[in-house]
Amino acid sequence: MIFDDLSLDIPRGKVTAIMGPSGTGKTTLLKLITRQLLPDRGQINVAGQELAELSQRHLYALRKRIGILFQNGALLTDLSVFENVAFPLREHTMLSPSLIRHVVLTKLHAVGLRGAATLMPAELSGGMARRVALARAIAMDPEIIIYDEPFVGLDPISMGVIVRLVRQMNDALGISSIVVSHDVAELSHVADRSFLISGGKVAASGSPEDLSATPSDLVQQFMNGMADGPVPFHYPAPDYAEQLLGGDEQS
Amino acid sequence: MLRDLWGNAEEFLRAFGALQLFFLRLLASIPRVLANRFRLVIYQVYNAGALSLVIILVCGFFVGAVLGLQGYRNLAQFGSEDALGAVVALALIQELGPVVSALLFAGRAGTALASEIGLMRATDQLSAMEMMAVDPIRRVVVPRFLGGVVAMPLLSAIFIMIGIFGAYLVGVGLYGVDLGAFWGQMQDTVVNSDIYESFIKAFVFGVAASLLAVWEGYSAIPTAEGVGRATTRTVVITSIVVLILDFIITAFAVN
Repeated sequence: MIFDDLSLDIPRGKVTAIMGPSGTGKTTLLKLITRQLLPDRGQINVAGQELAELSQRHLYALRKRIGILFQNGALLTDLSVFENVAFPLREHTMLSPSLIRHVVLTKLHAVGLRGAATLMPAELSGGMARRVALARAIAMDPEIIIYDEPFVGLDPISMGVIVRLVRQMNDALGISSIVVSHDVAELSHVADRSFLISGGKVAASGSPEDLSATPSDLVQQFMNGMADGPVPFHYPAPDYAEQLLGGDEQS
Repeated sequence: MLRDLWGNAEEFLRAFGALQLFFLRLLASIPRVLANRFRLVIYQVYNAGALSLVIILVCGFFVGAVLGLQGYRNLAQFGSEDALGAVVALALIQELGPVVSALLFAGRAGTALASEIGLMRATDQLSAMEMMAVDPIRRVVVPRFLGGVVAMPLLSAIFIMIGIFGAYLVGVGLYGVDLGAFWGQMQDTVVNSDIYESFIKAFVFGVAASLLAVWEGYSAIPTAEGVGRATTRTVVITSIVVLILDFIITAFAVN
């Protein structure tokens, strides 16, 4: 079981951070929110719609209102940067080519990559690929945008750019943002509200300051990056001395 | 051991059932893909067909040339080397053209399809499409499937023609078989039903090879190892399935 009695409300128009140690099911939670997975039990309500009850047509209609930024960008490798951003517009709208060009250039300009429109995804750095993916995620002017580990593997400059963009997109376009990450420092810059998930439950929630002030050992371990604590440093293993003296057996 | 066997059988049946469901889903999407995404299909015909031309032309030529050499040697024992054209044409049209093209197609285009779709799965591109409310079956799978289905009979026809040309060069050019007899006997012997049989084989193999390739890619485990395994399985399973189907179609054609 990954989640047990998990309950959380994500407010409209705010940046909400979902944090937690690796392997705690953050990405799984995103997959549940977007119905890439169905829960065995419980309810998930997005923008007033109960996900489990949606037909594929209604689910796709809902997904058009959601932008998602995948961990690795997930750009379509056979299309140029321009075509990647144009992809959802070409699929879902009847806009004229000149209007599509206009929209795509506007979105690329917003992430600072108008000049990279003709490049192919393989020619982009990790940070650039993520910004293109962000431009694509906002191409359809979504109401909700979901970021899956947007800061992983980025250099400090690219990370700063992404942090700024997350905040800007939210404020300028009035989007509700969900950021899943374990970068405590970065999240404290952008998040209005945070949930710390551990052991399948919400361990703490509130503003970044609230979380820092929470006395719980787990929260303190996570916020301060301590190697050992309620989340143990060692993966469960038999007794160290016994195993060392136990001869050649592997187990 | 019995339990292992049962486990394997169960796994096979489950995979076979999933493949059938996948095929039905794919068939149901074809009309809309043809109506809305025709250009993607054309591109995939180019991708699977035109890009396989070199291997088909080279292999077809040498298979035909070898048939010419062997056919001449064997026929000459009975003094009937004039029948070379007929023998070569029948062998290529009924059997070698569709079967060898399908095996080459599995090696060239099938592996490319499986690894491409598998990598799209591994790099979240398929999930990204689903999240953008675009059905990857329609956008990615069906155009590639149709591309293969259209390309296979064309490749087989080209293989047969270039094979006959190879046999002609060897038979007529090298061994001096009578030019008129070579073509004349071929014309007298090959009948329309041979051509139909050849086309049906190429079409069925095209469906099987393309379906298995897109299925293996689509259901690949999204890791480097998983994609590699899917690519290998594509060639192995397609080869086996093509040869079994070949037996079945030939058995029907002979009766």
